[in-house]
Amino acid sequence: MSGLTRDDAAYVARLARIDLTDDELDLYAVQLAAVIGHAAEIAALDTDGVEPTAHPLPLRNVTRPDVVRPSLDRAEVLAQAPAVEDGRFRVPRILGEAL
Amino acid sequence: MTGPPGSATSAAPGARPSPALDIARQVRAGSISAVEVVDRYLAAIDALDGELHAFVTVLHDAARHEGEVIDRRVAAGEDPGPLAGVPVALKDNMCTRGIPTTCSSRILDGWCPPYDATVVQRLRAAGAIVIGKTNLDEFAMGSSTENSAFGPTRNPHDPTRVPGGSSGGSAAAVAAGLAPLALGSDTGGSIRQPAALCGVVGMKPTYGTVSRYGLVAFASSLDQIGPFTTTVTESAVLFDVIGGQDLMDSTCLERPVPRTVAALADGVEGLRVGVVSELVNDVDAEVGARVDQAAEALAAAGAHVEACSIPELRHGLPAYYIVAPAEASSNLSRYDGVRYGLRVEADTAEAMNAATRAAGFGPEVKRRIMLGTYALSAGYYDAYYGQAQKVRTLIIDALALAYQRFDVLLGATTPTTAFAIGAKVDDPWSMYLSDVCTVPSNLAGHPAITVPFGADDSGLPVGVQVLAPALGEPVMFQVAAVLEGRAPVLAPPRVHA
Repeated sequence: MSGLTRDDAAYVARLARIDLTDDELDLYAVQLAAVIGHAAEIAALDTDGVEPTAHPLPLRNVTRPDVVRPSLDRAEVLAQAPAVEDGRFRVPRILGEAL
Repeated sequence: MTGPPGSATSAAPGARPSPALDIARQVRAGSISAVEVVDRYLAAIDALDGELHAFVTVLHDAARHEGEVIDRRVAAGEDPGPLAGVPVALKDNMCTRGIPTTCSSRILDGWCPPYDATVVQRLRAAGAIVIGKTNLDEFAMGSSTENSAFGPTRNPHDPTRVPGGSSGGSAAAVAAGLAPLALGSDTGGSIRQPAALCGVVGMKPTYGTVSRYGLVAFASSLDQIGPFTTTVTESAVLFDVIGGQDLMDSTCLERPVPRTVAALADGVEGLRVGVVSELVNDVDAEVGARVDQAAEALAAAGAHVEACSIPELRHGLPAYYIVAPAEASSNLSRYDGVRYGLRVEADTAEAMNAATRAAGFGPEVKRRIMLGTYALSAGYYDAYYGQAQKVRTLIIDALALAYQRFDVLLGATTPTTAFAIGAKVDDPWSMYLSDVCTVPSNLAGHPAITVPFGADDSGLPVGVQVLAPALGEPVMFQVAAVLEGRAPVLAPPRVHA
């Protein structure tokens, strides 16, 4: 991976839901390419037959008995939200967004 | 200013003063009040933290109130616990109910968690008092504490230099005597690296031994909470207090966490120590010389010390800087302006999300999210993230092989001593190199500890690192205690209570 264009960076920023300025896009295109260049050191390693590790521990699902326990207080949780209506989080419109 | 209470009392002859244990002993005995202890630490913070900026929030009233509760319990004949009346500073990425938890980010502006992290509950159950929340690189992403929305923390040994990071505030607070104990989190070295640069003991436990409930997630398969202390004994005591299974964290080990305090006096006679060339050869000469000296000290104490090479460790840093940003890009998607913290208004939900994240995140967090999103995006997933996960397996297998020959491994904690503020901020990879000796333990989920071992020619602290296999905390502490007892004397920090 030798280089990233501003368009590449803009595509990634859109996926990540961050509005970046053109200056930021130019800077991150260069800096991402540099870090990815170091990652290329491991891209060349022969890992045929090696199992990937997603997690350091052998995990299995943990469940608890299905009994009702106290949970966080709704009013206390909603009090932290930027906008609330009728006991719910309020957000700007989602459907019918400009495409 | 006089020293903190108990700083020079009742330690065994030859042992280093353990401020936290001295306080607990005196508070339990009723010979000093917890409120008096709190007041003296608050006075130290008020006097010195303007220069150091170790704290984001200081809990003057709440800490005094907790002290009064402890004192009432002692007066009533109760035992508040092994950390009775001991002030503890918390890295500000651990949730404290009703108390701002910022992650040193603008995006959590004004947020007060509705619950306490499990470690906070366990500290209180042991009698400890939360005295404040400490500065960090935003969302724990960084190695210098310069990536804080609130400005950098300074190194108590030289305030023109960084304290390391990301838990730089916790490291500086303990080094300067502003708190006898602190907690940090370590995803790629964020406890051990700042501990080494500030001349204190810092320990990353085995993954799964300390609950992450209430720790704001950075990279969930790597993050682990651990202690900052003045001494190895205090580190073991604090680990024993915070460790253990928690039903609120499904990644906690179901096996009992090993108790460590009992192992401290066992010595190293007959233990096999491997000095890892990959953790020594590429570091600054003055740091490498201290590791050699530490190896000699262990040999003189009766350990079998031998050089070894684990070439796979060289792949640790590039693998880490794919895995950690990938997990971070997913974890940080929750900061969307909907449920807490900052919101920048816009016409649609998506535009509001993107505007909020642009305004709320600092440059390094944006960089990591971009990097992780890229590594996980279609067409690159296998080449980067998939390959990094396989390299993680190679490192785990190589370490397992090494632990067939050795009980513990020894190396440097950091490639350099504390660097100047501003020196690395424009070159991300040079900053990332600070983590080269610490990331392998995170990728493998293994415990590791840094112990202060003298200084470089400028008087800046050097740390040496002891690595152990999963759940090897007892033998790790055993070796660390011997190193501490044979370490060259480190001059007190220039800024100290």
